Amino acid sequence: MIEFVLNGRQVRFSGNPLTRLIDVLREDFGLTGTKEGCGEGECGACSVLRNGKLTTSCLIPVGAVCGDEIVTIEGLRETEQGKCLIDCFAEAGAVQCGFCIPGMVMAAQALLLCNSHPDEDDVRLAISGNICRCTGYDLIVDAIIMASEKGAGLW
Amino acid sequence: MVRIDDRIRRIDAIEKASGKAKYLCDISLDGMLYARMVRSTIARGRIVSINVPPLPEGYYFVTADDIPEGCANSLWMIAKDWRCFASGDVRYVGETIGLLVGPSLAVLKALEESVRIEYEEMEAAISIDDAIAVKGGPILEKDDIHCSLTSQKGGDIDQILSGAAQIVEETIETGFQEHVHLETNAAICTIEDGRYTFYISCQCPFYVRKSVAGLLGLRPEDIRVKQTTTGGAFGGKEHFPDVLAGPLLVAEHKIRKPIKLVFDREEDMIYSVKRHPSKIVLKTGLDSEGNILGSDIRVYYNCGAYLSSSYVVLQRGVFHANGVYNFPATRIRGYGMATNTFPSDAFRGFGAPQTLFAIETHLDHIAAKLKVDPVEYKRRYFLRQGDETVTEGHIVEKVVLEEMLNQVAEKSGYFRKAAEYRRGSGRGIGMSFYNHGGAFTGNGEQSIIKAHLRLVKDGDRFTILCGQTEMGQGFRTILRKIVASVLEVDMDDIVYDNPDTDLVPDSGPTAASRSTMIVGRLAEEAAMQMKERMSEEHVEIETEYKHPEGHPWDQDTFKGDAYLGYGWGCACVEVEVDKLTNEVKVVGIWSSHDIGRAIDELIVHGQVNGGIVQSLGYASMEKMENRGGHFRQTSMSDYVVPTSMDFPRQEWGLVDNPYEWGPFGAKGMGELVFNGADAAYIDALERALDVTITRIPMPVEDIEGARA
Repeated sequence: MIEFVLNGRQVRFSGNPLTRLIDVLREDFGLTGTKEGCGEGECGACSVLRNGKLTTSCLIPVGAVCGDEIVTIEGLRETEQGKCLIDCFAEAGAVQCGFCIPGMVMAAQALLLCNSHPDEDDVRLAISGNICRCTGYDLIVDAIIMASEKGAGLW
Repeated sequence: MVRIDDRIRRIDAIEKASGKAKYLCDISLDGMLYARMVRSTIARGRIVSINVPPLPEGYYFVTADDIPEGCANSLWMIAKDWRCFASGDVRYVGETIGLLVGPSLAVLKALEESVRIEYEEMEAAISIDDAIAVKGGPILEKDDIHCSLTSQKGGDIDQILSGAAQIVEETIETGFQEHVHLETNAAICTIEDGRYTFYISCQCPFYVRKSVAGLLGLRPEDIRVKQTTTGGAFGGKEHFPDVLAGPLLVAEHKIRKPIKLVFDREEDMIYSVKRHPSKIVLKTGLDSEGNILGSDIRVYYNCGAYLSSSYVVLQRGVFHANGVYNFPATRIRGYGMATNTFPSDAFRGFGAPQTLFAIETHLDHIAAKLKVDPVEYKRRYFLRQGDETVTEGHIVEKVVLEEMLNQVAEKSGYFRKAAEYRRGSGRGIGMSFYNHGGAFTGNGEQSIIKAHLRLVKDGDRFTILCGQTEMGQGFRTILRKIVASVLEVDMDDIVYDNPDTDLVPDSGPTAASRSTMIVGRLAEEAAMQMKERMSEEHVEIETEYKHPEGHPWDQDTFKGDAYLGYGWGCACVEVEVDKLTNEVKVVGIWSSHDIGRAIDELIVHGQVNGGIVQSLGYASMEKMENRGGHFRQTSMSDYVVPTSMDFPRQEWGLVDNPYEWGPFGAKGMGELVFNGADAAYIDALERALDVTITRIPMPVEDIEGARA
């Protein structure tokens, strides 16, 4: 039995501990906001927070997160920080096909948790593990900087 | 109330960013089964035997034998040559042989490993040169040429070249490019209300039903296709979803339970269509002052084993082969070569990027030989309104390339930098010019597509019904904005959902940069008619595309006005190269585009940024090799697409040049923005290192070879 905190709630998973975290999130808990883009940790679409740190959920077995605190986009979107980020992504025009965006929002959250006033270089570095094929990244960078300004005090 | 110039939010931004949007992979139906494809592992050969292990209860292996008698084993794309299932022989690595279906994906993967197929292998033709040499014997009836065409203008090109003071001849090659839409290809087939129904990530739901209906002897309208939120496409989901839908339909016919097929990334990478590799031979005659007398161009595209849409891709390549220039004479001969690679198909730009890259780079090389600035050289030949095109038609619209050049030159400091940075100094700046003919070629919008759109008023709600899909480009927002602006109502008063072929008229494919220009115009017209009837409770208005008079086109001879409205572009790229390691740092990107008029500047901004980065990836890092029919890059670890760290923030601009027949003056732009940054990048790189580059991609590790 694997117990961990998922979006603020204590949960249990009784299946194979080698099951990928992404599969447990999507299939057992129905949290489909976490996307599988590549299945090998290259694209970042499956990013979640594990104890506040950005983690690709396709690369870790659920057994490894025993006792950890996991936050997905479904958890983040209910918070003031999450609402601010999502709002700024929409306002800045950062969303196109959208498949990478929940992961991008998680990467932005991970950045702002440790640096509440990032500059453009900080932002580019922070999202460099998240591939977006649509936007060319400029408007995503704008969105994250906008969130850090509009949401001053939240992080 | 929204006005066309207002800054607005995309209609789908919040639901996507918050993870609420449902893509195909997020959908589950009761009693749903999964599917895995069994594919050819060789490029060419005869199937001797297929050995399937004993299947557990509830598992199926579906093949060509499951297609009902009398029905054709073919997908009806533009041609009907692509087989739903390989049968008897295989023609490329990855060709579908069968579909394994059952309740557990893990079990299916294990079964897939244990299917044994015995082949009698034949010598395969992989490259364009292989196909020219008909290696291994003809793939088609008598040779390896799927399709060909010739366009010309001016006098006899052989005579002109024989009288030239100087001939510059070279061969320019471009590679495969993989779409890497973040959402892989995916579909579900089921039966709803007694009818075969698809949920599918795609650009063109009407293409899907037309393509697969014949497999069961049905009519297209017997099948229902519902597009699901689509996570990127770039052409990769224009015809290719048919390749998933066909086997799924045959399986559904046999099993009659919902079946879901989702490609993993490796499958999507190596078993999907790509951009056509090209080989372009250019021969240009100059007079004693270096002026161009004429050009003779041969264009070869590697189409792969099946034709799919390659003939149309090749046509567009040929029609764009003179770039944005008016040469006194030209002859362009295009050949679509059959090989034993995975079929090539649509990819943003649709055949134009290859020839545009070739002509830009060729002119850069001529200018370098003549020791004149390439931009000064190219601008002498800029097309103008009324100029004759390579299809014996004319440029219909006002061309404002000079204005765009000035805009970009001023922002980038091009002329100062071009003079200051010595060739081979490690610093370089390059500039390119390009265009993209909007919508289907010639009168195809009227003669082939016959686009329809319906606008329905129910009280204060207005519903737009058409087949155009949202795939990230913003069309669900754009079309609402057009209608809301005309009607002077709120965006929220307009309903426009993902298309369902049972509910909407066929407004043609979401492709060819036609959606805003053609279907947007139909929506604008419908809204204008609606505006006269706002006092009525229930109104239905249907509009149909009509080609403007006086612009004839002959689809048999390819003569006439190929495109009424082009998008035009100018891009500039500056690089710094470490001369020891060849590491390239792009330090500036500037662009200007003529898209008529922007319907939504923020959406256009995103398209410009994204298109340019995709083009820079194409030129630099996106290397996809094929050895013996197998793609060597199988994942996102070895096929590298640009990250946020690879290119700097772009400066961009538009010029105002409203298009007579577009909504609010808008023209197509989704593909245009892909069509030129590659050449600007290579131009800059050549100047920085004083090298001549004749192929892309040119990743850092290949630059040393280009120097030699």
